[in-house]
Amino acid sequence: MLGPHAGFILGAYAFTALVVGWLILHALRDHRAQARALAALQDGTGERP
Amino acid sequence: MWTRLAHPGHFLRWTQPAMPWLAGLSALLLAVGLYLTWFVVPPDYQQGETVRIMYIHVPAAWLGVFFYGSMAVSALGTLVWRHPLADVAQRAAAPVGAAFTLICLVTGSLWGKPMWGTYWVWDARLTSMLVLFLIYCGIIALWRTIEDPNRAARAIAILTLVGAVNLPIIKFSVNWWSTLHQPASIMRMGGSAIDPSMLYPLLEMILAFTVLGVTLHLAGMRTEILRRRVRTLTIREAERLDDGAASAQRRSAAPLGRAVPGL
Repeated sequence: MLGPHAGFILGAYAFTALVVGWLILHALRDHRAQARALAALQDGTGERP
Repeated sequence: MWTRLAHPGHFLRWTQPAMPWLAGLSALLLAVGLYLTWFVVPPDYQQGETVRIMYIHVPAAWLGVFFYGSMAVSALGTLVWRHPLADVAQRAAAPVGAAFTLICLVTGSLWGKPMWGTYWVWDARLTSMLVLFLIYCGIIALWRTIEDPNRAARAIAILTLVGAVNLPIIKFSVNWWSTLHQPASIMRMGGSAIDPSMLYPLLEMILAFTVLGVTLHLAGMRTEILRRRVRTLTIREAERLDDGAASAQRRSAAPLGRAVPGL
């Protein structure tokens, strides 16, 4: 279907999916970690969330 | 109104309900774009199926340049107006821009091998994109080196503005020098050189990547604001503990100090 250069086409899309997937995953994890750390500190100091 | 929206607290409030909508819109636009790319777009008469790489390569190149441009504007915001959100925006844009520049370089290389017979040539367009990626890496590394965010912001804003010289070089490299990379084919005098059956899906993918990039950027800005709050509270907590320890030490030392004269 993709001809003799299928490996290059699929490789390009796979790499893009990998990097975009990592960006999304990293954004979610980092945000959760910071939100958790902030909540813990605000609990400790008695500040409003 | 702009100043009010750009206040970090307000920014967190108005972006919170917008994030799921933006994420959903990104997914929808990407799904439509990928459908067009894989099932509607015809193969190129010269490049055949390999032209499908264009639909991720061009949007990634656009975002690599777009995010650097937005970082340069934010750098002005940091240096001239010292707006706290400008620095936050700049910091959140760097990894996203670097990632899309890397995608552009790798997909371009995978497109170049079957079309040009080589993964890489040191022509002006490819080299200036590599320089852009290295500048992104330098900026991210510098941020990790300087601990104080205010000092880091000013140093990085200056570096970003110096690096912005590379943007017109990237754009006009294909006109100024003889390059293996093709000249501009979308934004050029006399209209696009691409057939509408390929141009509209390409524009759709550019829009999809842009919405995705902006969503990731806003998410990064939200996280950066939280990170700075965590840093401020941690420092405040450490100072409070230090003050507590110092006053306890003074209390335990005081009776001895009074007892000495009475001896």
